[in-house]
Amino acid sequence: MWELIRANQRKSAMLTFMMGIVLLAMGYVIAEYYYSGGGFFGVILAVVIWLILLLSAFSGGNALLLGVSGAKEVTRHEQPMLYNVVEEIKLAAQLPAMPRIYVIPTKAMNAFATGRKPENSTVAVTAGLLATLNRDELQGVIAHEMAHIHNRDILYMTYAGVMLGAIVLMSELFLRGLWFSGGRRSSRSSSSSGQLGLILMVVAIVMAILAPILAQILYFSISRKREYLADATAVRFTRYPEGLASALAKLSHSNIPMEKANKVTAPMYISAPWIAKGKSFTQLSSTHPPIEKRIQILRSMGSNASLPEYQSAYKFILKGKGGDLLPESALKESNFIQAKKGGDVDKAQPFSDKDKARVAGDIIRSMAGFVFINCACGLKIKVPPDYKGDKITCPRCGTMQAISH
Amino acid sequence: MLTGIIILVIFIIVVGVIVGMYNRLVRLRNQVKNAWAQIDVQLKRRHDLIPNLVETAKGYMKHERETLDSVTQARGKAQKANTVGDKSQAEQELSRALNEFSLVVENYPDLKANVNFMQIQEELTSTENKIAFSRQAYNDAVLFINNQIQMFPSNIIAGMFNFTQSEYFEIQDEKEREVPKVNFS
Repeated sequence: MWELIRANQRKSAMLTFMMGIVLLAMGYVIAEYYYSGGGFFGVILAVVIWLILLLSAFSGGNALLLGVSGAKEVTRHEQPMLYNVVEEIKLAAQLPAMPRIYVIPTKAMNAFATGRKPENSTVAVTAGLLATLNRDELQGVIAHEMAHIHNRDILYMTYAGVMLGAIVLMSELFLRGLWFSGGRRSSRSSSSSGQLGLILMVVAIVMAILAPILAQILYFSISRKREYLADATAVRFTRYPEGLASALAKLSHSNIPMEKANKVTAPMYISAPWIAKGKSFTQLSSTHPPIEKRIQILRSMGSNASLPEYQSAYKFILKGKGGDLLPESALKESNFIQAKKGGDVDKAQPFSDKDKARVAGDIIRSMAGFVFINCACGLKIKVPPDYKGDKITCPRCGTMQAISH
Repeated sequence: MLTGIIILVIFIIVVGVIVGMYNRLVRLRNQVKNAWAQIDVQLKRRHDLIPNLVETAKGYMKHERETLDSVTQARGKAQKANTVGDKSQAEQELSRALNEFSLVVENYPDLKANVNFMQIQEELTSTENKIAFSRQAYNDAVLFINNQIQMFPSNIIAGMFNFTQSEYFEIQDEKEREVPKVNFS
């Protein structure tokens, strides 16, 4: 398992280096285009942009993501099953510390993880997810999220995201500047430097157009690979591919979008937070692999829950198109890990859609401070937090009920 | 003079290697201890949950004395076990008794719907998962130290300082686990 992390750290460094070179080259060419001899200044500008983005990503990362999604921290007492499941996976992943657990009050189904270090991480799930999944499925989803923490994906994707952002920003600045200045070079252009200037202009424009596109394709393809890897790692933790597969199947049937997700936070979620209506997102520009493919891979794993088995299922389903998923060194680990036999996934379908919505609603209300009272007539009275007085009349049978806060 | 220096250098190197091997063995032994402590906490937790479980079930399961008694007995045995080998044997028996118990519970829908019972069941399920997951870490640690104790040259150091091999925590049940159906659809 450690090989995976080490390989990931190597890749993080490589990626940062490669995209850094692209960024510096862009800075140089663009500045050289405006002022011949000013290339050095452009390189410094590129570094400054990169540093500012990196600092802002590192300072407010966790708080930003959680704040944006309106998440609220829950305790063991409030959500015993969720807490237990996280604790189990913490043991399986041998993480050094317990992640903080948040619930997002929305009926949409999703989950995400943040935290660049395993010592200081967070997992968040939506109320809709808690209401819909059974224990084994929840375990699969949590294992996927904690696999991101274990594999250091969040750090990796932060680096990649910052690089992408810097490159996009640079090219945007240049193309806009070009638009407003009408492409005129402000340096003294003599006949001898005219030809050089033309070449520089072409190179600069081509770079400004191509670099962001290439960086984006690279970024998205890395993100998709990290998703497959997190699935593989999750199954290695739970030893139960069907739990995650069944959870993903339920996620794919849900059609409530996350209102507060955006492009930046997308790679952190378990499934792409926008639900594609028709085909708004094409293959190349998606942070997540198609959910059907992920389910197919998990379901063709059979009784072996090891990483090499996931890789061969991955190659079989994608017909080798995805290339290798795992570094050579990670394949050396034991290639047979007995999967758990079928749990209660198949028979557990006790909820109708209406019930699920009600359960999710209750979770959201209890997070908002509502008090629940079970009346003898069978009605569950939901008392809003701003209700004054310590008694309430049951709206159905009319008996008085004491409110215990 | 020169030979004196050479002998001194070799002596320092040899001492350094021995100290390194010894420290490595100590570190591995601590790892095993630590991993075992993780399992032990969960085993104790399971023992603590069982009286509650039996007490709650008693009210509903008037005709299942035997099943309940066998759970209580298996718990008593597991609590008395001391070595890792004894414990894995006794805990396995306890798991079997609990499995039988949960099969019987299927016939008592009222018990299954009891909030208290559901809470204990959730804790028990979680504890069993935690035992299974921390077992992996423990057995990995045991494999490392046993390799060091058996292999040359660290086996010499291990013999000198009385490092003994650790026992694996096995659950035989795994062989009985059935293979899930493969579904390509």
